[in-house]
Amino acid sequence: MNWALEVTQLRKSFGNVVVTQDIDLHVAPGERRLIIGPNGAGKTTLFAQITGEIHPDSGRVQVLGVDVTHESVQKRAHVGLSRTYQIINLFHKNTVLHNVALSLMGISKQRFDAFHLLKPRDAVYDRAFDFLQQVGLEDKAHKLLGEMSYGEQRRVEIAVAVCQCPKILLLDEPLAGLSKAERQLVQQLINELPKSMAIVMIEHDMDVALAFAEKISVLHHGSLVVEGDRDTVVNHPKTQEVYLGH
Amino acid sequence: MRKYPSRLWVLVLLLALGLLPLFAGEYYVNLSSQMLIAMIFASSLNLLVGYAGLTSLGHATYLGLSAYSSAWLGIKLGLGHAFTAPLAMALTTLVAMVFGWIALRATGLGFLMLTLALSQIIWGLAYRWVSVTNGDNGLSGLTRPTLPGIDLNVSANFYWFSLVVTTLCVAVIYQFANSPFGASIEGTKHQARRMSAMGYNVWVIRWITYVVAGFFGAVAGLLYVYFNKYIHPSVFSIATSAEVLLCVIAGGASTIIGPMIGAVLIVFLKSFASAYIERWTMLMGFVFLLIVMFLPQGLVFAQWPSWLQFKGKGHSKSSGLGVKS
Amino acid sequence: MQIWTLQTLNSLALGGLLFMLSSGFSLIFGLMRIANLTHGALFMLGTYVAATLVRQGQSLILSALVSMFCMAVVGGLLERVILRRLSGNAQGQVLATLGLSFIAADFCLYVWGGDPIAVSTPALFQAPLEFLGVRFPTYRLVVLAVSLGVALALYLLMERTRLGAMIRAAVDDMGMARAVGIPASLLFTVVFCLGAGLAGFGGALAAPIFNAYPGLDADMLPLALIVVILGGVGSLFGTFIGSFIVGFVYSFGIFLVPDLAYVILFLPMVIVIAFKPQGLFGRAA
Repeated sequence: MNWALEVTQLRKSFGNVVVTQDIDLHVAPGERRLIIGPNGAGKTTLFAQITGEIHPDSGRVQVLGVDVTHESVQKRAHVGLSRTYQIINLFHKNTVLHNVALSLMGISKQRFDAFHLLKPRDAVYDRAFDFLQQVGLEDKAHKLLGEMSYGEQRRVEIAVAVCQCPKILLLDEPLAGLSKAERQLVQQLINELPKSMAIVMIEHDMDVALAFAEKISVLHHGSLVVEGDRDTVVNHPKTQEVYLGH
Repeated sequence: MRKYPSRLWVLVLLLALGLLPLFAGEYYVNLSSQMLIAMIFASSLNLLVGYAGLTSLGHATYLGLSAYSSAWLGIKLGLGHAFTAPLAMALTTLVAMVFGWIALRATGLGFLMLTLALSQIIWGLAYRWVSVTNGDNGLSGLTRPTLPGIDLNVSANFYWFSLVVTTLCVAVIYQFANSPFGASIEGTKHQARRMSAMGYNVWVIRWITYVVAGFFGAVAGLLYVYFNKYIHPSVFSIATSAEVLLCVIAGGASTIIGPMIGAVLIVFLKSFASAYIERWTMLMGFVFLLIVMFLPQGLVFAQWPSWLQFKGKGHSKSSGLGVKS
Repeated sequence: MQIWTLQTLNSLALGGLLFMLSSGFSLIFGLMRIANLTHGALFMLGTYVAATLVRQGQSLILSALVSMFCMAVVGGLLERVILRRLSGNAQGQVLATLGLSFIAADFCLYVWGGDPIAVSTPALFQAPLEFLGVRFPTYRLVVLAVSLGVALALYLLMERTRLGAMIRAAVDDMGMARAVGIPASLLFTVVFCLGAGLAGFGGALAAPIFNAYPGLDADMLPLALIVVILGGVGSLFGTFIGSFIVGFVYSFGIFLVPDLAYVILFLPMVIVIAFKPQGLFGRAA
């Protein structure tokens, strides 16, 4: 079985603190996986090791069968991995359209082109426009990202990640800080994402998260303590302990 | 949406510049040649400072290396300019590749200190390696290239020659900065981490930018040594690197026209100061302070019509050096 | 034997002077993330002030103290009036200090002219010390002793006093330090004064060795940069070791291969940076 994402015995320590304790994770193509756990459980660190921003001490990360454990961050984008961030780090001084276009060029040979002017009518901007339509922001295409509301920026963030047509998408708390209306919009967006795309989401908003997830992994102190479908996890005594105990 | 400058305006400007020697005296024609050389030099540094967001205090290295190579190859090996020019540029670009690799082991302040330190090595070598550089005496009696039927020792001719070279360089830099690759350079300035995640090799982008900046610095160096017909180790000083940096930030980094305006201003101030007040270094220091404290975006900002700003895609404001990053 | 002794002592003296120059730079950078490019000029101003006072008949030690005081004041003004306005703009601060260094250097040229001013070694230390048949230049020994004393004083300041504790805390984690009530703003000024004062003091002591000349700042600043890069920012111990390494490499370099002195000096630094960007002793930036 060709997993979309396969994490094997991943381990990471910072000094004496073991942040990731021999984690195994298998995400099937098209699967909707949710990762939950209290603050400090190591969820974002896990993401960072999957994307390559942090190097694990031991273990393996494979994307679509390709061993990317020692590969650079940019290489993983080319293999089909995309992610969104908890804190928005997009290009505030550029237009929304340009933000998406940059992402499109990131995995295209066009990024090496130093010999032609990048004109407003370039094909990449048309493609970017299409993706903006998917997230309902086509009428804001020429506005600067910095002028958009937080919720709108989050939607651009999703467009930026999705436009690369990744095989596996990591969403890091995509609903954080959003108003109720915005949360519904983003939730809808996520639900409409292609079924061929595997999605791993970290989220604290339980209503949305549980509705989204096919399979849930619970992280605590860097280890995977519970894994299974929604009902299994929700009713599991360990889950209760993790969230309510000690 | 962004409009590109109409070709008509550019042609009118070039025509006006071309007619200069017919109206101005020799002193001003020569001054203008110096301004053109400074424009190329400042534009080259701007690729690093304005577009890649990497402030270098060692750019004088490339001006000087190219100048010295051309001079040395001509004097010691007796080669003609047709050979010394490409050789000098190649040698300088090679050094830029090596120095770029070293300097880019760090970013921000570390990068700045490394560029400064590397430039100091060359500065020290230029003074001490007397057998090659003639030390504090410099290399004199140098020549300008000979073009068929045109004597470049005539000020007006050299001015037109410089104008052609400058126009070519600025055109290439403009296209480079506004290409998809140029867009990626700007991206690394603002959000390097995000660029990596999107599939860009940030280090390579920076390194290439550094090398291209060094290359155009070398072009400026050739014109510089042709103009002066003399080269001295002081060309490698921190003052030279600081001056060109001042051109960039005074005019407005990350625009094409900003550094050119800055170059004109600084060359003008320098010649004015040398003629009347003799304390150019102090004036330069004050201008630095003034710009950094009160005009961090440079002179170009605000009131210029948008097409004159020649910026990359989808901007309404670029960031000058004053922006916290 | 005599030659090697002399060179060794030159190296040690230079190392001591470099420590006084670089410790201030390192503290300022460590605490405020400001690469104070005016530091070389502060050192040079110290040399010139001392030269002027000594020529007027004052003792060197008094001149050194006056230099220290003057530079501390200059440093404080610099920090308060200019750098504070640029707070948060790291690059702007560096460029401002660059501009200031040009102003200061040209000021010196204007006031003292282009000719080097020779400063005679204090009469007390003019006669060489003879020991085991070898003659040691006394003043070099004095400079070494004084710089070791300064190093010790700095160590005690940093490790044993409240001020030092506050500085170390703020260098380590500014946010946290502020949160526990450390007056960062005041600390900045104090450290800048301290750093500038040290540079001025070092410059004054250097006067009999280097003499006061225009361009001294441009000669000293890169050395300070190398020391701090080698030794690691914010590490006083690293600065101490780095100062003496550079002192040795530079002195022996100039002596053995004058043509390549600068290369010998900068090459190790470049190698260190290439493989250990945080310097030999520093913590990762």
